[in-house]
Amino acid sequence: MARSRAGSELDFALKARVMEAADVRRALTRISHEIVERNKGTDDLVLVGIRTRGAPLADRVANSIASFEAVDVPSGALDVSLYRDDVALRGPRHLESTIVPVDVDGRIVVLVDDVLYTGRTIRAAFDAILDLGRPRAIRLAVLVDRGHRELPIRADHVGKNLPTSAHEVVQVHVTEIDGEDAVLIGEVHS
Amino acid sequence: MIKHLLSMDQLSADQITHVLDTAEQLRSVTDRPIKKLPTLRGRTVCNLFYEASTRTRISFELAAKRLSADVINFSADSKSSVAKGESFKDTAWTLEAMGVDAIIVRHGSSGAPHQLARWVKASVLNAGDGSHEHPTQALLDLFSIRQHFKDFEALKVAIVGDILHSRVARSNVKGLVTMGADVTLVGPPTLIPAQATRWGATISHDLDSVIGDADICYLLRVQKERQNEQLFPSLREYAALWGLDSRRQARMKPDSLVMHPGPMNRGVEISADVSESPRSIILDQVANGLAVRMSLLYLMLGGDRPDSTETVRELTEQLV
Repeated sequence: MARSRAGSELDFALKARVMEAADVRRALTRISHEIVERNKGTDDLVLVGIRTRGAPLADRVANSIASFEAVDVPSGALDVSLYRDDVALRGPRHLESTIVPVDVDGRIVVLVDDVLYTGRTIRAAFDAILDLGRPRAIRLAVLVDRGHRELPIRADHVGKNLPTSAHEVVQVHVTEIDGEDAVLIGEVHS
Repeated sequence: MIKHLLSMDQLSADQITHVLDTAEQLRSVTDRPIKKLPTLRGRTVCNLFYEASTRTRISFELAAKRLSADVINFSADSKSSVAKGESFKDTAWTLEAMGVDAIIVRHGSSGAPHQLARWVKASVLNAGDGSHEHPTQALLDLFSIRQHFKDFEALKVAIVGDILHSRVARSNVKGLVTMGADVTLVGPPTLIPAQATRWGATISHDLDSVIGDADICYLLRVQKERQNEQLFPSLREYAALWGLDSRRQARMKPDSLVMHPGPMNRGVEISADVSESPRSIILDQVANGLAVRMSLLYLMLGGDRPDSTETVRELTEQLV
């Protein structure tokens, strides 16, 4: 989410494709292993993808963990629109469902998102999660970290560090929504 | 989204669907331990009620509070400035001077919310004006219907009772017709307005001929004071001809629903056993009102209101 997807498809001028489907798959596999390693197993884990594109990524991490640990880690989706700090600036967004299949009290919540940029989406996600309960810890996994943080937030698990300029736009495509897996970098012309 | 919600005429089928979809997501907040969202922090909403109300006022107040807006309740009763003779316009300007972001207004005069919208910069939401409209009731009714029927297209809805004086009926007919439903207005000829034929609804004076075919039987409250105007002979005769009792309900389709906007006169337009039957969704209507009003406050107040130049004057002309 965040501003990586600012601007419509129309005015997005592609500069480079920085990750292809195989790169995305390998990055998610490595993140899945890191999450389990860091947690010393899958006990109390719950994956929560941030809408829109974090949600399918969280499901894939859950599937990946199931394939090598033979454990089904619960996976949910979080819409943070109602918790954003820019509601008054940017207006109401289209709401999607928030589904967290288990009680988060005492659990390790791993937030999953496509791009980490300013950190403001993650800040909103903290509040959204804390309104659902009191997890023992919240961790963060992102496919792409493009820098330019505006809040003191960092990711625990990163698929790819992607140095960008603030004028650039990073778009993550996922098969479930966009028909392909890829990470694109481009510029928005207004 | 619109700046003011004055009439169901303002909303297209797509806009209604957007309001209902948003309400669907907000409804889940009611099931959480912390039933509050920070979305409208720092916004102020005023309930300005010139007529009695329980569910609408409380529902709006709770909706605003769930979104973290501050709420002021102003009732034009013996304790308010209205009792000292303050005019509607001066009250509006007083609220404007205090910097409210939205005014939810109920007034005995049709068109009062339109007038208010011309005077103030705040968003105005019509919570019932005279016998004109009650758009949030229509939206929560559409939401309640959608929980049971996927599609409004060709849905058969009978609205029964005092159509002439009912703002609920007017808003519901507009909303249902916009969404593609088939609406039949049923009641004594004295309580169906002459212009109702132009609303896109069918008119009938015989409930028994309509009931077997209806997917939804929507009963309106009989305003007992109307009996003095001799618009119907007696409450007992009204109940016999246009009331829904279990005998009539038995002739309805198996998956049909019974609705009522409240407050009910049990034994007049609806019998006690029908109101509590499994096919009655009257309490769902109340619960859904909260989600629909949260949705409207979020969509109308959450942002910079791009359509703020909407022509209220045009809407007012449609009133005449």
